[in-house]
Amino acid sequence: MALYSEKVMEHFRNPRNVGVIEDADGVGEVGNAKCGDIMKMYLKINDDEIIEDVKFETFGCGSAIASSSMATELIKGKPVSEAMKLTNAAVAEALDGLPDYKMHCSVLAEEAIKSALDDYYSRK
Amino acid sequence: MIYADNAATTAMSEAAIARMTEVMRQTYGNPSSLYSIGQEAKEVLEQARADIASVIGANPNEIIFTSGGSEADNQAITSAARFGAKKGKKHIISSAFEHHAVLHTLNKLKEEGFEITLLDVHEDGLIRPEEVEAAIREDTCLVTIMYANNEIGTIQPIRKIGEICKTKGVTFHTDAVQAMAHIPVNVDDDNIGMLSASAHKFHGPKGVGFLYVRKGVPVFNLIEGGAQERGKRAGTENVAGIAAMAEALKEATTDMSEKMTSVAAKRDKLIQGLTEIPHSALNGDAAHRLPGNVNFCFEGIEGESLLLLLDDKGIQASSGSACTSGSLDPSHVLLAIGRVHDVAHGSLRLSISEDTTDEDVKTIISSVGEVVEYLRSFSPIWRDLTTGKKQFIL
Repeated sequence: MALYSEKVMEHFRNPRNVGVIEDADGVGEVGNAKCGDIMKMYLKINDDEIIEDVKFETFGCGSAIASSSMATELIKGKPVSEAMKLTNAAVAEALDGLPDYKMHCSVLAEEAIKSALDDYYSRK
Repeated sequence: MIYADNAATTAMSEAAIARMTEVMRQTYGNPSSLYSIGQEAKEVLEQARADIASVIGANPNEIIFTSGGSEADNQAITSAARFGAKKGKKHIISSAFEHHAVLHTLNKLKEEGFEITLLDVHEDGLIRPEEVEAAIREDTCLVTIMYANNEIGTIQPIRKIGEICKTKGVTFHTDAVQAMAHIPVNVDDDNIGMLSASAHKFHGPKGVGFLYVRKGVPVFNLIEGGAQERGKRAGTENVAGIAAMAEALKEATTDMSEKMTSVAAKRDKLIQGLTEIPHSALNGDAAHRLPGNVNFCFEGIEGESLLLLLDDKGIQASSGSACTSGSLDPSHVLLAIGRVHDVAHGSLRLSISEDTTDEDVKTIISSVGEVVEYLRSFSPIWRDLTTGKKQFIL
């Protein structure tokens, strides 16, 4: 039995949207090094409030990297209003599940996106 | 595939497998039965006991077979505590970076009213004998210090600690699970009262180990039942496993100094190669170290993702990150030697064996370098470190 689903491993090995957006409209960072997970999300949002681009940087375990990758895929090209509704359960489900003790990784991904969106709103 | 997690477990040697299957096929009798096939099994058992005793300089009747290192640790510590309590001695000395088989047993005793002193292991991962001496009190019933640490491989000054305990009349137990068959261990030279060992750490089978108990040191049994092991460990003996353990131990300790030199040379090449990765550091003293142990921290990355990517490259290793321990805290060993959480999460333990080749060493060095660089390329901590927002620790 493998530790993670095929989907988690696939996103971990080939993470989508890795990197930085220098002129991002919203940036969010959550987690802390003490617990071993930090996620940073960068959003590029157009005038129609559509998330045109999203990038992430993550310090963390396999499921933290996979959760970040999946979360960016789920919001890319979507309206901000929809991204606000992203839940950790949706991230975990899209990854074909996470081990119970790794569910917090999907929670961090949800929080990172919300934090970046909060930043976007606060700048407006 | 490069197996570099020999501190977790080892591949069984061909000789041990051969011995085990031979005994399983031919000597299936119960050693407690009086008829011939039972007595043949008894003979196999006693030969194994004599062989093991001879390797560590003990008498055969000082060896109790157990299910492994954890059981041996539990039995040794609990026994010393029970017998100590009878004399009103309820103080135990140990160290902060013992194996959990020791630490969790001590925690349980603490709840029962024992006082536990956990000695500092310092930044080099070495216990100071003078600090052991200073900690001993009138009511100390046990000193339990591991022979060598399972994560960072540091070899403790056991002989000196044993001598102090002997002089002070305090029972000394050592968890020698990582040291046994990898470095010379002699219970007399090292002044050891009790010692735990496990077969699967030296190319023997899993689920079998032994506890050495010096004549005159009282122990009681954890498992109630029949009179096996002179009443100190009930249950029909794992004859095949025990025979295979003895075989593996004899094999591993034959020409040991040559093996140690050869493995240590590869270890040192690994250490040299990995030190060249920027912002990395070896954990634990380089000199007083098990021949096969390499343990590094790499700043800005997390250990589990490192392990998974190394596995993709065919390298099996381990880490002290929280994610690999199943808790939020990284390894208690790395915290005990003063590594901060951020850094401790990015640790890698490589434990090599005689089977590791020079080619493997080269592959490990280049693969670890590549993976660390890749993970740093999208680590927000690494960005903060390289842009000056955070100070480098390593």
